[in-house]
Order: sequence, then C-alpha cells, then structure tokens
Amino acid sequence: MSYQGKYLLAVFVSLVLAPGILAAEVIAITGATVYTMTERGTLNDATVLVENGHIVAVGSGVQIPDGAERVEANGRIVTPGLFDAYSYFGVSEMGLVKETVDVFQTDERYTASFELADVINPRSTLIPINRIEGVTRAMVAPRAGFFQELSNSPILGLGSVIHLGSTEHFIVARNNALFVMLGETGARLAGGSRANALLLLREALQDARDYAANRQGFEEGRRRAYRLNRMDLDSLVAVLNGQRPIVATVDRASDIESVLRLANEFGIRLVINSGAEAWIVADKLADADVPVILDPLQNLPRRFESLGSTLQNAARLEKAGVTVAFSSGDSHNSRNMKQAAGVAVANGLSYETALRALTINPAEIFGLQATYGSVSVGAEADLVIWSGDPLEVSTFADFVMIRGKTIPMVSRSTLLFERYKDLDRPLPPAYTN
Amino acid sequence: MSRYFLALAPILMLAACSPPGGDSDARVAPNKDPFPSTYRALPSETLLIKGATIYTGDGGKIENGDLLIRDGKIAEFGQGLALPAGASEIDASGKWLTPGIIDTHSHLGVYASPSVKPQSDGNEATAPVTAEVWAEHSVNPKDPGFAKALAGGVTSMQILPGSANLIGGRSVTLKNVPSRTMQGMKFPGAPYGLKMACGENPKRVYGEGLHVAPSTAMGNVAGYRAAWIEAEEYNRLWQEYLDGESEEKPGRDLGLETLAGVLNGEILVHNHCYRADEMAVMLDIAKEFGYKITSFHHAIEAYKIADLLAESGTCASMWADWWGFKIEAYDGVRENIALVDKAGACAIVHSDSSTGIQRLNQEAAKVIAAANRGGIPVTEEHAMRWLTENPARALGIIDQTGTLAVGKDADLVIWDGNPFSVYSRAENVFIDGALVYDRNDPARQPKSDFMLGILEIDGEIK
Repeated sequence: MSYQGKYLLAVFVSLVLAPGILAAEVIAITGATVYTMTERGTLNDATVLVENGHIVAVGSGVQIPDGAERVEANGRIVTPGLFDAYSYFGVSEMGLVKETVDVFQTDERYTASFELADVINPRSTLIPINRIEGVTRAMVAPRAGFFQELSNSPILGLGSVIHLGSTEHFIVARNNALFVMLGETGARLAGGSRANALLLLREALQDARDYAANRQGFEEGRRRAYRLNRMDLDSLVAVLNGQRPIVATVDRASDIESVLRLANEFGIRLVINSGAEAWIVADKLADADVPVILDPLQNLPRRFESLGSTLQNAARLEKAGVTVAFSSGDSHNSRNMKQAAGVAVANGLSYETALRALTINPAEIFGLQATYGSVSVGAEADLVIWSGDPLEVSTFADFVMIRGKTIPMVSRSTLLFERYKDLDRPLPPAYTN
Repeated sequence: MSRYFLALAPILMLAACSPPGGDSDARVAPNKDPFPSTYRALPSETLLIKGATIYTGDGGKIENGDLLIRDGKIAEFGQGLALPAGASEIDASGKWLTPGIIDTHSHLGVYASPSVKPQSDGNEATAPVTAEVWAEHSVNPKDPGFAKALAGGVTSMQILPGSANLIGGRSVTLKNVPSRTMQGMKFPGAPYGLKMACGENPKRVYGEGLHVAPSTAMGNVAGYRAAWIEAEEYNRLWQEYLDGESEEKPGRDLGLETLAGVLNGEILVHNHCYRADEMAVMLDIAKEFGYKITSFHHAIEAYKIADLLAESGTCASMWADWWGFKIEAYDGVRENIALVDKAGACAIVHSDSSTGIQRLNQEAAKVIAAANRGGIPVTEEHAMRWLTENPARALGIIDQTGTLAVGKDADLVIWDGNPFSVYSRAENVFIDGALVYDRNDPARQPKSDFMLGILEIDGEIK
C-alpha cells in the first residue's frame, strides 16, 4: 500500500472509530468516596475524571464530557492503586523453577550495574493475579538469592519501577535505586563478616568517586586499578550524585546504624528495607530523613539480626516521624499487603499512614510522587474502586484502572476457578474455557 | 529399615538368654506411650462470659450469648445464663466468643526461632522413609512462636515433621500452653499422626540432592508401597505373636511400629500433597493397604477433586491464598477451601507458618469473601468450622475440643471484635478454662525464656 493509501486508511479509521476512541479515553468515576492521599483528604460523592491516562479533575461538580464512559462508584471508596515497594514481578515466576528466576545472579564480573529493567516479563502470571486485587505499581528489585542459592556480592544491582497495566512501556522509572544486602546475609556474601560487606561498599564508593573525578584518566589507563568494572562504577556514580538512593536490606539496629554512618560519610540517599529493628533507632532514621520499607507482619525473632521484630514497628516509626512503605516480600501475594497494613493499624499505626505506606510513600521514596500515589489532577490514573474498606480482609477490588486503562478482572486464577467451580459437567474440565 | 534389626540384634540375643517359659504369659505389645503427657490444666475459676456474639465452631451462632466455665470445662452455654454463686463474670458485650483455633499444620518447636541450624529439627532428611522419628523429640518448647500463636487465638496444634521425606515420622498434638517440657504440652489422649509427603520435595531432596531414590513421582509411589508392604508383614508377625499363634517374639522396629499403628487405625495419616492427580493416587494406595488418609495438607488443587475427598472422607488442610512458589503450587485459586467445603468434604484452614498461624481467622475471612464473590454463599459461623471443628476432627480430638459443647474442654477465645476482621484481635484466650492469654494484662502474656534480656533499648535491658 502506498504512503497515501495508508494515510487515507488512517483518516477513515479515525473518523469511523473516533467516538469509540473518545469513550475509551475519557472515563468518569462518579459518586466516589475518594481517599485522595493529598491535603484534600477524603472527598465524598466525588467524580474522578480521567483523560488520556491522566486524572484531569477530582471533586464534586466536575463537568463530565459527552461520550465519556461512566463508572458509578455508588459511594464506594476509591484510592490510588497500591504500590509494592520491593517485588520480583516479572523476574521470578516460581522460586523453585530456576529457569524462571532472573532476580539474582552469581556472575563475579558485575554487581552495581546488574539491571533487571530489560528482562522484566510483563506477561508474568503474577501480574494479573495481583492487579485485579488493586496492586498497580511495583519496584522490581534484585535479591541476594532465592531459596538456597545466593548471589555473588552484597551489591545486588539496580531496581526499576513498573506499572502492572500493560505489556508495553511498563517501566515507569528505570534503574532508580541501587539495592545492597547487609546484615547476616551481606556478611556471608562479602567474605564472612559484616565488616567485609561495609568495607566492600566503602571501597566501591571511594573508587566510584575517584572514577567520577578522573574519567579521562581512567579511559587513558592513567588511574590505579579499581576492583569494580566501568559499568559498576557508572552505576555507583549515580548514587554519589544523588540520582538514585541505595536501598539497604538490613534488620539489626546496629547494622542500620552502621549503614546510616556510611551514607552520611558519602552524602548519599539511603532507604532501609526490611528493618525489623528500625523502631529501636527510629529517632536516628527520622533525623537522617531515611525511610523504611517493611513487612508489617514480621514479628518473630527468626534471625539473630531480627530479635526485636514487632507488629508495632510501623506504628513506632510513624510516631518518630519516619516515612514507611510496605512490601509483602512475597510478590505472588502482593495483594495481601493491604491485609498486612490492616494488621499494622490494629497494632497502632494510623489508618492514614497505612494507606500512604501503600501508595504515596513508596512513590516519594522512588521519586514518583508527581505522577503516581495520589488522586489529584495531573497524576496518572491508577485507580481502584473497593468493595469496602480497602484494608479489610473481606474487601476486594471491584474495578481497577492503570494509567487510564480499565483492567479486565481476569487472571489465570479466575480462569481456573471458572473451570472447576462446577465439577458436575458432561465433559471433562479441559473443555471449559 | 533393616538397619534397626541389626542394631537390635544384641538385645534380642540377651532376650533369648532369659529362662525358657519365664514370660510366656506376658505377651504384651510394646508400650505405646513411652513419653506420656504431663499436661495439667493451669488454675481456672468458675467463670461466666456474658453477652458475646458466639460462633459455636460447628456452624452455629448465638447472639448475645453466655457461656459458663466450670472445672475447666464448658458447663453451659446459651442465652440468659444466671451467674452461679461465687463465680466471676466477664462482660463480653460487643465481643465475639469462639472455640480456640486449631492448626493441623505447624512446625513450631521443630523449627524454632531463631531459625539457625541447631534449631532446624523438622526434617530427618537422611533417608526417604523415616517413620521411626517422632516430631515431639524435636519440639523445643522455648520457641517464641508458641506465644505469638496463642495471641492469635490458637489453643491446639499439630506439630509435624517436614516434607523432605516420603514418610517423615510421627506428629504430635499440643495444647498451646507455656511449659518447660514438651510432655507438659502434649494434648492428653490425642492420637499420633504420621506425616507423609507427595510430589516435588522428596524428589528434590533425594533424587536431585543426594542422587538416590526417589527421583521421580513413580519413585515416590514405589517408596510408599514398599514401606507399607514391610509394615503389613511386621504387623502380621506381631499380631501372630500377641494372639499366641507364634512363639517367636518379633524384634521391635520403631519405624514399622509406627506404620503398623496406621494400619491398625491408631495413628492418623497427614499427607502433604499439592496436585489433584497425586492425591487421587495416594487415595488408591490407602485403599490398597487398608488405611485411611485423615487429611491432605496444602492441597492447592483440592478443588479439582473435591468430590473424591468427600467420597473418601478425607479432609484437606489448605492455605487461603498461597500459590506459585513451585510448579505443583501453580494452580492456586482463592476459592479452594470453599469449593472443598461446598462439595461436602472436610475443609480446614492451616498455616504451615509461624507467621500465618497468628492470623488463621483472617485467612478464613479472605476465603469467605472470595467465595461469596464467586457465587458460593458462606456464612461466618459456618466458616468457623474450618478453624475449629474440622481441624479437631482431623487431629482426633473432636470429643475434647473444637466446638462448644457441654463437657468439652473450655478452650475458648474472646475476640475484641468480629474475628473475621483484620482489625480484631484475640483479647482473652482460655485453655481448659484457664486464662492463658490476656491482651490487656502483660502478666498474662507468656514470654519465652529466649526473649528475656536480648534487647537493650534506651539503656534498658528488655
């Protein structure tokens, strides 16, 4: 077909389909109780107007354009989609099926430059199963190993934030955090002692600093040998420049204090992940403005580095003024983060902070608060209509939208249920859907 | 298991030296209870709990209900009970009262916290059939997880060996009371269980890990059947001896003794199995050797054969929503427990987790919601059966606990709100009528020795 032919066809298609396209692109959620996660607080009987993937109006008395698709909330609660701050979406389908696991590596050559962004599988079955229950964003982070296997270094590599709504353009923020593993596991990876892990990290940052100041010399072979290669050093330079934080998985109070000192020494941004004993050093974390990503259900002394585990961790951090975000650790069931948040509320966390920890707080930690995490004009439209209180275990997502796209409420799990819910059929289940 | 015969050979030779005919009348089976329970109920009082919403555990609900505890037992329950002279009273209006939660699948004590190697006592992963080991000999009563489970309303639980082995050993059922010894927790009169495991785990540990059988699913099945054939023979020898049909006293074999206990209906089979087709094979093996599988565990695909479970009277102990960590767990659905229940089979919410055991009520709540959403109506009072009555049946303790009935052990939980809400917590937990946990009284919150003095916070040793 000639260029002109293609052009004419395009015009024809757009003329014929224009109303349909408009309807698909402009959606009004009406009659909603909106938890905005902004200073506007909760809005009752409000409309959220979405155009081209973004929220363009929020409130009562919003004009709804002709042809807009309407979704009636009937007073139900609307929140931003939930954010899993530490996930393995698309990089591990099954922990015990190694072929599907890309979340850690054992190659001695790379550490800080190991990046998951290019290998995330947006067609992972974990994604529909969790998004139909309201999880719409996730930090996909490298890990120190899976089950019995371990990575090669406490410097794990780069994580990226994705949205769960599409198999195209699903990376929202590429390589925007460097993950490191300290504490007991970090010690094991670095040579036996916690001191090895800190030494390794300090040396890497010092080398990266030298490299950044002497790139020309490095290219010409006039600098001393660095332990890390060029790609790893580049990754660390972005940490030194403040372009990305270091997210340190660490639990013991004294280990948190160690990495706080290191971060201060190099002037880098730090995020604590896991943080079982973070509450013990909450004031120091608050002073240093260091946020904590945690699983609120962690309350057993499963390791000697987590003796102080408590269900009140989040509540005590909140009281000290520390920003908290939640992760389930188990991305197969990121959908259960809201349950964990509810448990945190039952143990003293304010309801508002619990919701923030699932939405705007992780957005802030990863620098995405302008586009995600609140129901406000200009934000991308990740919206969930809940059947009830979003933190309650009996509540489900009734409607999920990611970046303006309505998500079909179908997953591998719902298809299995449909197939087997009635065993009394004339033909074997294999003939059903 | 022949190595046991070898080990016992010197003892048998000694036995042969005793005077002929000296103990000809003493044809006794080996002691079946060499580690007897020393459990004693903690002190209790006559107590009237007033005005609660009661879920009876067998599907019933009583609004504004009362329950009287006397001598550690449920003396009476219903509406408008009078306060007996000298009795105490708890006003439970606005609160919920249920039987204590029972977990059929826990590894507390055998994988105690902290989970360091010396406390990893749950899998005797040195041979695929280790029917001779008893989980109770691995139970460390200092596991801080017991107290956490108690705060979640769990009053009894079965402690199982892990799933590395085809036949992993005996389980033990405990009352969740703090004790210096394992024997002090043993549920009086509870039968033993036998842990068996299907599927990936034994293949991974032996075939893949140690390059010995089993390495395949068919190797697994051959392993179970070979063990049962040996057990049948052992059972026959002992039966003939005890019945006076044979003069020769058979040698003792701890493993075969346990398997024979299953064949004789004294020990209940608890079978870790994920896939529907594998459960169907296990049911046939049970038929072949004439034993019963009391409960499948994990049973991610139980919903695919709910009819077979109902037909064979086999329970399924399941998670609400775990799935996908391995291929045999790939077909998880949120409605699994409800579909098993709907088919008329015995559905149980289990934990297999020191974290999950603290919130089995919430796990059930998620299933109720998923079921109702999927067009399977389930009430809360009915779902309570998944947490108390059905697990009590599966553990053989239904005559003592698991439902509210006059004369049963007063194993009870008062919840500060609807137990199927994420915000509700167990406020008071009673075991045999004794207040063993009180959320509002730190003096009634057991704390493991391990937890003493391990934290220094703001200069204070906690």
